[in-house]
Amino acid sequence: MADAVIHTENLTRKFGAFTAVDAISFSIGRGEIFGFLGANGAGKTTAMKMLTGLLRPTSGSASVAGFDVRSEPEKIKQNIGYMSQRFSLYEDLSPKENIRFWGGIYGLDRKTLREKSARLLEALDLQEAADTRLSSLPLGWKQKLAFSVAQLHEPKIVFLDEPTGGVDPVTRRRFWDMIYETADNGITVFVTTHYMDEAEYCDRISIMVDGRMAAIGTPDALKDEFGVSSIDDLFIRLVRPTPIE
Amino acid sequence: MRRSITIILVILRKEFLQIFRNRGMLPIIFIMPFIQLLILSNAATFDVKNVPFHLQDFDRSSLSAKLAEQFTGSGYFRLTGESFGSTQAIGELVGRRADLVLVIPKDFERDLEVSGSAPVQLVINAEDGFSAGVIQGYTSQIIADFNREHRALFSAAGAGRVFPEIRIKSSAWYNPELEYSHYMVPGILVILVTMVGLFLSGMNVVREKEVGTIDQINVTPVRSTEFIAGKILPFWIIGLGELSLGLFIARFVFHVPMQGSYLLVYLVASIYLLVVLGMGLLISTVTETQQQAMFIAWFFMVIFTLLSGLFTSIESMPHWARNMTMFNPVRHFVDIMRRVMLKGSGLAEISRPLLILCAYAVAMLSLAVNRYRKVSA
Repeated sequence: MADAVIHTENLTRKFGAFTAVDAISFSIGRGEIFGFLGANGAGKTTAMKMLTGLLRPTSGSASVAGFDVRSEPEKIKQNIGYMSQRFSLYEDLSPKENIRFWGGIYGLDRKTLREKSARLLEALDLQEAADTRLSSLPLGWKQKLAFSVAQLHEPKIVFLDEPTGGVDPVTRRRFWDMIYETADNGITVFVTTHYMDEAEYCDRISIMVDGRMAAIGTPDALKDEFGVSSIDDLFIRLVRPTPIE
Repeated sequence: MRRSITIILVILRKEFLQIFRNRGMLPIIFIMPFIQLLILSNAATFDVKNVPFHLQDFDRSSLSAKLAEQFTGSGYFRLTGESFGSTQAIGELVGRRADLVLVIPKDFERDLEVSGSAPVQLVINAEDGFSAGVIQGYTSQIIADFNREHRALFSAAGAGRVFPEIRIKSSAWYNPELEYSHYMVPGILVILVTMVGLFLSGMNVVREKEVGTIDQINVTPVRSTEFIAGKILPFWIIGLGELSLGLFIARFVFHVPMQGSYLLVYLVASIYLLVVLGMGLLISTVTETQQQAMFIAWFFMVIFTLLSGLFTSIESMPHWARNMTMFNPVRHFVDIMRRVMLKGSGLAEISRPLLILCAYAVAMLSLAVNRYRKVSA
């Protein structure tokens, strides 16, 4: 892929004798929505940690936003946004204060921050709740805010680790509208999920099984390739290769 | 550099917002320490007063009554009972109704008049060896006074003669009134600053681990030094504020004099706080839950306090323990505080413990920065 923003080759991570991620290779392009699927414990989180510079690979290589994960993890961090399954804004601060803190950490100056903050609160329709503590806001709002906060510093890639866990389908759908909007702006979205309907929304998906990448491609191509009618069936087939009689 | 300062200020602001928003934390920071200061400084005293005192006067003479009166009139002893059977007195001691029994044998007055000397027996409860020593000191003083008053009168040989006598008049330097609180308050102040600093910083990073925000921090380009500095600074400011309030109470409630300079106290405190906060953050980075951090912080707090020379003198510790106290930052700060506040020591006199604290601060901060790793190996 010519303008790949994420590129890995035989990326591997071992914990002692256990191989959590086993020589995965793939490329993701600019503005692409990439669904990163797999059962619990298949190695998704480990792979994501390596790509975000939180964990050093055991072998293989990976570059993210043009920087090497091994030698330039801090440069990667300036260019990525991240939102984890554990809700990761400060619950005891207000939306405004959270925006100010996370923007400030990325080195945004006050003027830029003020403008962005106002625009963001308006876009999320959060003006009235701007000064109330996050802990009293509904989960869906908090997730949307977290997603926006992860993009304050205009990253090239956003990593979303099960971003829609625990919210209702309508809120989930609205969240995906935001993801599309982000991708339309040329930002790559790397998303893990357990919802198979969400997998269908992605440009391309990959399915990890036991640390290996068992399938990668567009949802339609994969369905054809494996002769299944839905990603749900594909997932079950790959994760549990011998069908239960 | 400029960017770093901005980022540190961003963290500082956020920490302050969180501290002042935490209703559980505020009383711990601002009320608890001062209640402790007021209570401990008044209650933790080595003065022995109102010792329950049991009398067995078998002589029942005017002279024996006078001796007993000197005991009760001294202010140190409180008469709780009198008896004439030998087992009764032991019962009083065992039942803790008396810590001192004075036994005046029969013929006390006659012996004194005839031979110039007469025995009395003192039985002291020595469960608590220290108090027993103090009680013994008081009793010998009372008996010596009694002797001085009556020797000339009753010594057969000495009627009319003046006895040469050596009188020792002692004066206590640097704490002339021997005010116990003057000695204790500076030390207790150190303990309070240490406790608040160690616990606040010790709970801090680990709490971000528990709620998950640390992952979010770690995917940002913030540097370890910026992060640790941003975490230390708020507690450093709180620590100095705490010290100021404490010094105010010391001055206006306990009337502890300040012979040295406040500037020096603050200089030492700023360095000392770096030691404590560095240690707290180190604990915070190596633990996974707040409970673990709490236990480790308590472990160090107890050892540091007991080996600080605050309640027991370091000179009377065994050799190995005395050496160990050299590694105790609390000991050095207690030492410096007492010297500066009571004796007016200057920078030159406290340079040795101060240098030790500096070395400690450098070590703790580098360890904390080093142990806080954004990238796992």
